[in-house]
Amino acid sequence: MTTLAPMRPAYGEALVELGRAREDVVALSADVSNSDFSWQFAEAFPERFLNVGISEQSLVDVAVGLAYTGYVPFANTFAFLLATRALEMVRTHCCYGGAPVKLMGAYAGISDSFDGPTHHAITDIAIMRALPGMTVVSPADTTAVAKLLPQVADWPGPVYMRLNRNEVPVLFDDSYAPEIGKAMTHRGGSDLTLVGTGLMLSRCLEAAEDLAAEGVDARVLEVHTIKPLDEAAVRAAAAETGALVTAEEHTIVGGLGSAVMEAVAEESPVPVVRVGIRDTFATTGAYMDLLEHMGLGTKDIVAAAYRALAAKGR
Amino acid sequence: MHQHTDELALDIARRAQRLRIDVLEMVCRAQSGHLGGPYSAAEILAALYFHHLRLDPARPDWPERDRFLLSKGHAAPILYAVLARRGFFGVEELETFRRYPTRLEGHPDRKLPGVEMVAGPLGHGVAVGAGMAWALSRGMPKPSAASAPSAFASRARVVVLLGDGELGAGVVWEGAMFAAKQRLGNLTAIVDYNGIQQTGATADVMPTEPIAEKWRSFGWHVQEVHGHNVREVLDALDRADEVHARPSAIIARTTKGRGVSYMEYDHRWHGGLVPNADQREQALAELRASLAELGEEERA
Repeated sequence: MTTLAPMRPAYGEALVELGRAREDVVALSADVSNSDFSWQFAEAFPERFLNVGISEQSLVDVAVGLAYTGYVPFANTFAFLLATRALEMVRTHCCYGGAPVKLMGAYAGISDSFDGPTHHAITDIAIMRALPGMTVVSPADTTAVAKLLPQVADWPGPVYMRLNRNEVPVLFDDSYAPEIGKAMTHRGGSDLTLVGTGLMLSRCLEAAEDLAAEGVDARVLEVHTIKPLDEAAVRAAAAETGALVTAEEHTIVGGLGSAVMEAVAEESPVPVVRVGIRDTFATTGAYMDLLEHMGLGTKDIVAAAYRALAAKGR
Repeated sequence: MHQHTDELALDIARRAQRLRIDVLEMVCRAQSGHLGGPYSAAEILAALYFHHLRLDPARPDWPERDRFLLSKGHAAPILYAVLARRGFFGVEELETFRRYPTRLEGHPDRKLPGVEMVAGPLGHGVAVGAGMAWALSRGMPKPSAASAPSAFASRARVVVLLGDGELGAGVVWEGAMFAAKQRLGNLTAIVDYNGIQQTGATADVMPTEPIAEKWRSFGWHVQEVHGHNVREVLDALDRADEVHARPSAIIARTTKGRGVSYMEYDHRWHGGLVPNADQREQALAELRASLAELGEEERA
């Protein structure tokens, strides 16, 4: 039986922990702190919390000013707003200007399922990944949030961190030791590799179980850092297993799947089958229902694995 | 408030005029770049860099320095000229403006000593400056909670220069609201109100009046000055320092293209045109004549 744990309080607590460890950490929110859970930081450190109101462009620009003056600002709001409304600020100051702002993308993917497509973020990886100088991090569970957040603070440049709104399967215990920029193999296998990020990693692990029952030996590679992509690990998986499946709660255009394809196509081309949203907006409904509806189920990963194996055999 | 001497005002007026000559040479050499916006801001920049701002060109990252943010980034050539004349880098480097390889990018980049903010896309200065002003008023952070004693507030001030056409960018007002809410008395925004933007008069393109009332209603202290009158600019900057618990706006009435007769009030000289050889000679002659009227020959 899978244990679930809620991502938002895990993030809120990790941010408070960071604030306790470092007094140069400041948190900002565009009046959604009770959604993004920066309210926990606001309660612990009211003098280091800024509510900028409904002004996401100013959210990023103010954070840029803080970063240029020696603080480590964590700018919180919905992922889609950071990636779209505030994008020019992110590009100009965080990426070109080098302001090491930490952009915390709440409600990423379709995890804000009931608020509908206006509130989903299904293009944020593609957008952020395209920017020179940006780092894109996508934790898979609550432990991953706690382990990665201090590294995000230490990282010398800007970081975009993608955060799920909901309860997600607990995958890791305290021995989990991620490092930004390094992919992690969570299951060995030789027939193909399932490459997952965020919530979809748990589904890759489930799919690998299902495949094993059918005699297919699937490796599972976690890519918690989509940029800079651990190209060596991806290419090694391609060379050693001969086929890849990518799984992400994001459109298939420009996200993890695209990054993996780019990495393997140049030096070690193998079939890569992408599991993701098929270049369309989602709809409104319960999260689990929507994931299935949008083709992000475990069975979709299994089906993709067979397609990849078939292509590998040709 | 300081009493500014005639000597100081005259010295700054001359320096402003020499900056205009620098800018003309830079744009003509590059055959690219903006003139109208730099010329409207010449006295303001000279007043800031040769008197008001506390800076140390030898230590461009001195934590206690005042911050100047050129929000109207297309005025880059005059920022470069004043930084060079103030000693942040060699004057000869001005020759590389907009020419590969260069640190003098088309619009300001932080790799150049003295540049505090990337600019070009309009509207950023007030919000970025507000973030800086909040950080400075709160004090410089220590990297770890263990490293007591804790921070104390800095005396450093933040001055932002923006254009009147730039006021059309929504983020200006987001930042203005934030600065008022946070009572940032160490933040001053100067509007270089030259009344002209890229394709015509601001009043036609997107009317911004009443500008002073807008800033006032956003919770800012407001002064209105003649932006080419050095003494008025200096006085307003000092008065802005006396305003506490509120950010200050200085609405500086200026003339686009100020100093060269054929450029004044003509939106085509915003950035679309570069003087030909005859125009360059005429501009140079007019600027030198004005400098002579200020009692000084141009210095090489």
